[in-house]
Amino acid sequence: MTGRESSGTRRAGLFDLRLILAVLFLLYGIIVLLVGLFSDSSDYKDKTGDVNINVWMGISMLVVAALFGLWARLRPIVIPQEVVEEHEQT
Amino acid sequence: MHVLADANLRLDAGPVDYLLLAIYFVMVLGIGFLARRSVSSSLDFFLSGRSLPAWVTGLAFISANLGAVEIFGMTANGAQYGVPTVHYYWLGAIPAMVFLGLVMMPFYYGAKVRSVPEFMLRRFGPAAHLVNGISFAVAQVLIAGINLYALATVINLLLGWPLWISVIVSAAVVLAYTGLGGLSAAVYNEVMQFFVIIAMLIPLTLVGLHRVGGWQGLVDKVTNANADHALELSSWPGTNITGITNSTLSVIGLIFGLGFVLSFGYWTTNFAEVQRALSAKSMSAARRTPLIGAYPKTLIVLVIFIPGMLAAVLSPELIALKAGNTAAAGDVKYNNAIELLIRDLLPNGMLGVAITGLLAAFMAGMAANVSSFNTVFTYDIWQTYVKKDKPDGYYLRFGRLITIVGCVVAIGTAFIASNFDNLMDYLQTLFGFFNAPLFATFILGMFWKRMTPLAGAIGLVMGTVSAITVDVLNRNGVFNFSGQGGAFVAASVAFVVDIVLSIIISMVSRPKPDDELRGLVWSLTPKESRTHDDTGENAGWYRKPAVLGTGVLALALVLNIIFW
Repeated sequence: MTGRESSGTRRAGLFDLRLILAVLFLLYGIIVLLVGLFSDSSDYKDKTGDVNINVWMGISMLVVAALFGLWARLRPIVIPQEVVEEHEQT
Repeated sequence: MHVLADANLRLDAGPVDYLLLAIYFVMVLGIGFLARRSVSSSLDFFLSGRSLPAWVTGLAFISANLGAVEIFGMTANGAQYGVPTVHYYWLGAIPAMVFLGLVMMPFYYGAKVRSVPEFMLRRFGPAAHLVNGISFAVAQVLIAGINLYALATVINLLLGWPLWISVIVSAAVVLAYTGLGGLSAAVYNEVMQFFVIIAMLIPLTLVGLHRVGGWQGLVDKVTNANADHALELSSWPGTNITGITNSTLSVIGLIFGLGFVLSFGYWTTNFAEVQRALSAKSMSAARRTPLIGAYPKTLIVLVIFIPGMLAAVLSPELIALKAGNTAAAGDVKYNNAIELLIRDLLPNGMLGVAITGLLAAFMAGMAANVSSFNTVFTYDIWQTYVKKDKPDGYYLRFGRLITIVGCVVAIGTAFIASNFDNLMDYLQTLFGFFNAPLFATFILGMFWKRMTPLAGAIGLVMGTVSAITVDVLNRNGVFNFSGQGGAFVAASVAFVVDIVLSIIISMVSRPKPDDELRGLVWSLTPKESRTHDDTGENAGWYRKPAVLGTGVLALALVLNIIFW
């Protein structure tokens, strides 16, 4: 197999997808929540049957963002040296 | 009427919706650039350097399949046939995914092959390898074109951009991130897309159910609107979805055709799927990939078939279509179910999230095609038969080049698809037929060491030929399956023909010596090399493949009983 010996591979894990997801849903949550808060019920009544879906989904996406952030914070990516060596042997 | 119906599907996107879409595209391209820094060898580019954690590969595993065809097709099934749509998940995906994780992954990952065709090469030699490698590469690049065309038609329909601009812009975005970041970028984007699609499907389901008065309200509406409501409201025997009128035969068709041949063929041998598992960082993570993916796969059908059924009772066009009033339905098809629902239920804001989710689904589908195409073309065709023994950097550069070529060819096939819509649909069905005989060859070859290289090659070719024959006969009215039963029967025939022929030919031709088959055949692989390290970050009972697999099968069974 190729490339196993390159140390570049180890850096592959270093950008954390969980943080990217947290940022995406933070932005989405804020925008959608604001749209919901500043809209009048006549804007969505016919479509949703009087549920302000933007507010609900905005809050939900903020919660999701927080969960991803928390997960990344509590279980950060660690790349212990022995795992690297073990990989090279197999 | 035609123009009117088109205009009616146009979504009323406002500035805030475009802002949400723009944020997503910035992040997609950002992932491409970030992932580029971690690409320093061809293995990094094609298999993410085998470094990804199981939850990422697991979600990417189902997300690569949760493309446009899936979302549009399965909501359409929900609208047209109702509850039996669940079979495509609980019967047609979960058992096969569990089988892949528990039984087949130790061979794929343990043999350290870089692609499914490479496994074919090691087990059966060059003839079967070439058949598999070339047919896969051609299929992927054509399907990428079909996905691209479908994406462009949606952009055209929803936002009003001209078709050719939509095609080129979408191809450029996919090329940018897969060409820069390779499989890591594709996989990371697939996971991100997965969550955006969920953020689209959940509010559609909840708002829709709210509008009709909950599940009971939906049941009442379906009952009132349809004469065959009993078929639509229970999962078995599913005669409406198979088109086989006899209930017993319909159940057999579903279990053997869909649940066994088609689904095992697709999930266990399609490299666009298996590649995600091969990019996992350890044998344990690779085995857990399809198992972790199976849990969301089991649940996601709830927010797919229910919106489909909701569309059929909420959208005036679909109500008319279902009642047989084609004049009032215009040219709306069941395939438009999800678009109609988005148009009718979501206000600006969530509308932007939903548009993003739809476009993301199409792009992820195409990226999965492109990232598996470039791997197979580079490793299995170029490195194996054309330019051997070059330094690794050569194959990395070649891989990037062939990614560009793949995208350009896909643009070409997208324009062919725009002229021959039905032809391309048909082609896609045909490629589906490669999987059933492929699975037959794999499963026999993995468990029967006597199976010979010649049997591998001929079984594969003749299995595919027989599937195509059955399909052509069905289309020309020799058989008569109105629903999707034709595909089930064609795949089943292909499977049986492949197995029978392979056994016969193996009896009269020479097998490979045992020591060349070590690690490739069950009986010649010592148990230690089929099991994996379960210490450290692979420890814990909840990470055991058998526990995960049993759990998801139980979940699917319970849900199946609820919707019986």
